[in-house]
Amino acid sequence: MAINKDTIKYVAKLSRIELEESTLEDFTSQIGRILTYIEKLNQLDTENTVPTSHAVELKNVFRKDENTPSLENQAALSNAPEQENGHFKVPKII
Amino acid sequence: MQYETVIGLEVHVQLDINTKAFCGCSIEFGKPANTQVCPICLGLPGVLPVLNEKFLQYAMRAALALNCTVANFLKFDRKHYYYPDLPKNYQISQYDKPLAANGHLQIKIETGQKKIRILRVHMEEDAGKLIHTKDASLVDLNRTGTPLIEIVSQPDISSAAEAYTYLTRLKSILEYLEISDCDMEKGSLRCDANISLRPQGHTTLGTKAEVKNMNSFKGVRDALNYEIIRQEKTLREGGTIIQETRLWNEEKQKTFSMRSKEEAHDYRYIPDPDLVPFVIEKEAIEKARRELPELPQAKKERLIKDYSLSDYDAGILSADKQLAIYFEDAAQNYKQPKIICNWLMSDIMSYLNTNNIPIKKLKEVLPIDKLVAMLKLIDNNTISGKIAKQVLPEMLKTGKDTSVIIKEKNLSQITDAGVIESVINEVINENEKVVEEVKSGKDKALMFLVGQVMKKTRGKANPRMVNSLIKKKLEV
Repeated sequence: MAINKDTIKYVAKLSRIELEESTLEDFTSQIGRILTYIEKLNQLDTENTVPTSHAVELKNVFRKDENTPSLENQAALSNAPEQENGHFKVPKII
Repeated sequence: MQYETVIGLEVHVQLDINTKAFCGCSIEFGKPANTQVCPICLGLPGVLPVLNEKFLQYAMRAALALNCTVANFLKFDRKHYYYPDLPKNYQISQYDKPLAANGHLQIKIETGQKKIRILRVHMEEDAGKLIHTKDASLVDLNRTGTPLIEIVSQPDISSAAEAYTYLTRLKSILEYLEISDCDMEKGSLRCDANISLRPQGHTTLGTKAEVKNMNSFKGVRDALNYEIIRQEKTLREGGTIIQETRLWNEEKQKTFSMRSKEEAHDYRYIPDPDLVPFVIEKEAIEKARRELPELPQAKKERLIKDYSLSDYDAGILSADKQLAIYFEDAAQNYKQPKIICNWLMSDIMSYLNTNNIPIKKLKEVLPIDKLVAMLKLIDNNTISGKIAKQVLPEMLKTGKDTSVIIKEKNLSQITDAGVIESVINEVINENEKVVEEVKSGKDKALMFLVGQVMKKTRGKANPRMVNSLIKKKLEV
């Protein structure tokens, strides 16, 4: 499947990945090749195949509405680059 | 040219269960930041969310009460977007296989009943909360993963008033189901509105604005009324409506565009591979349907039938489950339901409203046996209805029994003919002119004398006795 540079730019933006202009060409052709490879699947006749919604054949897995212990505040924040008053601190959003 | 308004509402309801949608963290409101979080709701790598069974049960109850068809197959999807209130960078929601669809809700409008169709009811998890300081945003993820249902109406609502009625009705039903406290201020019920205008009679929809950030039903009504005027003005001046999200500013009573450059969202929905699909058997759906409690409309019809209440009275009593329960409990102990209804809808409700007491507290501030005792004291002439109106606020305020208050304030009705007659004599002596008028047959003059006697006895004389004793005395 042919994929163009604009699509790669768009996908990069959605993924919050910054791509150098110089690498765009490479990614465009590499991802294009991957998609072409996956397209082989379209050769398969799926006329009589039920769509798969899940790879594992399990259904109706529930848990009871019962409390399990939460993390301590400091444990929850232990990976946070910055914190303030028990909160995760992030760059100002609005 | 006349314009007509087209409104669709999206209502998010937080379900009143113990734990989050996919993990065992508590969802209790008002706890210190980030103390009700675990690796699952923080979206740490390698964790497995598992659906809370009560979440599905409660959501199904809501869907059935809203006359929806519950799907027998459902799955969860990931809705991707980047915002710091969402640690996984996706929200677990339902996309193409929602819990339920094609329902409706009946609302009362001026010209009768109107059916508002419900497009779908789906299950999803809530996001966290952000606090914005001067130089940063602070993230509290306690609310992340809280079970929500989203109820999406069709664009069948034609005015801000109808939107208000729809929300009131919806809240009433959810309260009857006992699945949410529906407290808009706490955020357990939230409403976004899609609103557009079109020339009267046209069938294609105009460009809509999505209005958010209303935190009361009144706020929704005000925001929609503002939008109707704004959009109509824009259209009349030859402008175009931009499809955008607008935020309601309660203080300024205006909506403001949220972003200048609106990007089209690309949520990239995919089935969540961590959650298995769910199959709900027909029997389970029917069982849930049978187990639904009596809903407001049925309650109203029964109140009319069982207690001979008017349509109006039954409508008000049934709109609030707690009020309806209180009424029925009281009616079990006092066999004049209309009298209970009158007291509830006048003096008692007005006291609760003035003092900001929620109806669910009524049983505490006025236990049913105390109300019944008061009504019986009126019936046996210990106090008049008028005195009861004075005593009642005191009872509600202090929790004291009627009998205690009338004793303390010396309010017992005077039924001793001798005592009343002596007061009548005084009044007759003081009002010779009026007495002549009474004798010449003027009813109004008679009422004046009765009033004077009541005044002198501070409302305690039995009015009927006063009336007949004056008549006897003046031989009229």
